Amino acid sequence: MLWFREGLYQSLKTLTPQEEFSPSPGLTPGRPAPTAMEDAALGAICPTHALQEQERLVEIDYARCIQCHFCHQRTPGMNWEAGYHWAEMKSPGLPAPFRHSLQVRVIDAGDCGACLNEIHQLASPVYSLHRFGISFTPAPRDADVLMVTGPVTVSIKEALEEAFGAVPEPKRVMAIGTCALSGGIFASSFAVAGPVDQVIPVDIEIPGCPPPPLAILDGCRLIMGVRSKYPIKEG
Amino acid sequence: MNYENWLKNILDRHSAIPVTIERDWIRVTVSPNLLPELVGALTHDWIFAGIVPENDPGIQAVRLLYVFYAQHGPWVGIEVSNHDQSVPTVSALLFAADWQEREMEDLFDVHFEGHPQLGDFVLHDDHWPEGTAPMRRHSWEIHPKATEPQDLSMPRIVEAPGSFVMPVGPVYSGTAESIQFHLETVGEEIVFAHIRPFYKYRAVEKILEGQEPSVALLIAERIDGLTAFAHSLALAQALETLADTPVPPRAKLLRVFWAEFERIRSHIHVLAGILESTGLSVPANLMQALEENLLQVSGVSAGHRYLFGLNKLGGLSRDWSHAEIQTIVHQLGTVVQQSQRISDALAFDNSFLDRLESVGVLNRDLAISHGLVGPVARASGVNRDLRAWQEYAAYDQITFGIPVQSEGDGYARFRQLCQEIDQSYGIIQQIPPLLSPETPMASGVRITETGTAFGYVESPSGAIICGVSVNGQGMIERSRVVTPGLVNWHAFPQAVRHFAFQDFPIILATFGLSVADLDR
Repeated sequence: MLWFREGLYQSLKTLTPQEEFSPSPGLTPGRPAPTAMEDAALGAICPTHALQEQERLVEIDYARCIQCHFCHQRTPGMNWEAGYHWAEMKSPGLPAPFRHSLQVRVIDAGDCGACLNEIHQLASPVYSLHRFGISFTPAPRDADVLMVTGPVTVSIKEALEEAFGAVPEPKRVMAIGTCALSGGIFASSFAVAGPVDQVIPVDIEIPGCPPPPLAILDGCRLIMGVRSKYPIKEG
Repeated sequence: MNYENWLKNILDRHSAIPVTIERDWIRVTVSPNLLPELVGALTHDWIFAGIVPENDPGIQAVRLLYVFYAQHGPWVGIEVSNHDQSVPTVSALLFAADWQEREMEDLFDVHFEGHPQLGDFVLHDDHWPEGTAPMRRHSWEIHPKATEPQDLSMPRIVEAPGSFVMPVGPVYSGTAESIQFHLETVGEEIVFAHIRPFYKYRAVEKILEGQEPSVALLIAERIDGLTAFAHSLALAQALETLADTPVPPRAKLLRVFWAEFERIRSHIHVLAGILESTGLSVPANLMQALEENLLQVSGVSAGHRYLFGLNKLGGLSRDWSHAEIQTIVHQLGTVVQQSQRISDALAFDNSFLDRLESVGVLNRDLAISHGLVGPVARASGVNRDLRAWQEYAAYDQITFGIPVQSEGDGYARFRQLCQEIDQSYGIIQQIPPLLSPETPMASGVRITETGTAFGYVESPSGAIICGVSVNGQGMIERSRVVTPGLVNWHAFPQAVRHFAFQDFPIILATFGLSVADLDR
């Protein structure tokens, strides 16, 4: 079969700026939102202790939240918010030359496969990360950004440190997923060395279990300094 | 199946062996010296499920259960009654037990007499010296035991002049998971491949200890995110057996629905990986877009793109109207049709066929001796499927055939996946008419008695067997998850032998193996 022709016959699969602006629940699962309520039992509900009550407002530590819906499904339940602008910068983005090109090395530090697959989905025609000049590279020496997923197991720690050392300056480290930020549900395991920032410095955090591809893409654009909150212009 | 005869034979010969009937299995207690004989008698007609540790309530130590099941027959657990932590190896009789024994040795410090390669497996010895045995006690304290310094390099088999070892990993191409391969070669051909797994070991079975069932399900589904529903279903079924609570019929059927949904998505993921490895980027991208399509359907209908949190003890955590179910079936139908269109075209694509046909061959004998599971086993002519052999959930209400290939090469595995997608869609289409409305989606489950039970699920990549024991407060005391990864990775080195380096990523892709599933 002439695959090239077959590809052209297909309708456009890439998300439009409108679809990105108001994402469907399939594109992003959403997450709990701060809720005004008073409930002493709420703290015990969360399996990863992500809820904190302060002056009748229950706030969420997103670095711990695994979006299990336990706090949402009960009555009274927490609010649930849509959207995907979850990335949080801890240090400045990359300088201007990186606005059009970003090489990414992905490191699996004990991932369950979901975060890794969401990163992998970025390369699918639906998200098409290449249109922003972002691409995956197999060599840390060619990379500008290290994407780390998983709770960092004891056995992979050295490999992660080595990979970090091999990335040339200027570089940024992106911790992806709740496990990478706090250990998530694996935090108490003896085989886990700790969240990514206890091993190498983290510049940008993307919470979620797993964060949807749009949230990861948003993080990349934040690092490149091309994030816009509203419909993006292509090119 | 002559499992009754087997039991009778054993009891006739050794009248002193105690046999107890547990909830849903038969416990046979033997002394270690009788173990090889019993296991040897079982290997031909029974399927080895795994070695499951259990707490001995009398002396608070660990004892091992060798678990077997028969086709349409009962489950048997051979309990080894010994407390000096030394058991004769059975891996010479039953090669499938090889990695399981190595795991048990590393985690529980049980010595398997006669096993040729123990130590440095799950716990890498550069971090945890031999004898650490973190799982042995009910405690989080890990006491390293001082041992002699030892050589941690991988064994080498090839001794020809000019031979060398090519290490790959643990961090290698693209978004690949972390695992290390040592490929022994004399040039172009892989003479032998060694695997060094467990870089991602998270000790799931240890953190499950002392957990409440609701949280335990959240942990189980994060063993392998891509087959999360199957993992939580296996654990949920084991716990429901322990609680002796029936699941409502509607929930049972919908569990089958989502399990098959996950199978289709996971198979499309593997197909996309195969296409990517063969360098056909247009069909690979089209296939990947179909996977994304299904992830979005899950996100809309089940609230999570990977079906996390959908399973709940006693049923499912949400319900769908008839119209919603029909919409999902329709969307699935479109995806299945499109994936079929791609795979049909590939059957005539020479550049694709040349890379898969007669590549990565795993014959039926090897598949049986390694106890392979899932589509990989069925592609090598082993007709083994828990959905038909041990009808769990609502599979007894559904008619389906099991596709099997005979060649055992890469192309057979590819065809197997395509045919299973069709089969799964056939199962899903049967479900909506069977659903009775207005029944609860979950029954209240409370575990009050202690005991051990097994949960078993045919996940997209093969059999998941989950052995769980609980204490009187309904908390998990010990657990063991035998994953398809643990079984199928064991056989992977056999499939790459005598193939060239450029075939390696393709063979790896056709196996559709998950490292997270193996490492846990």
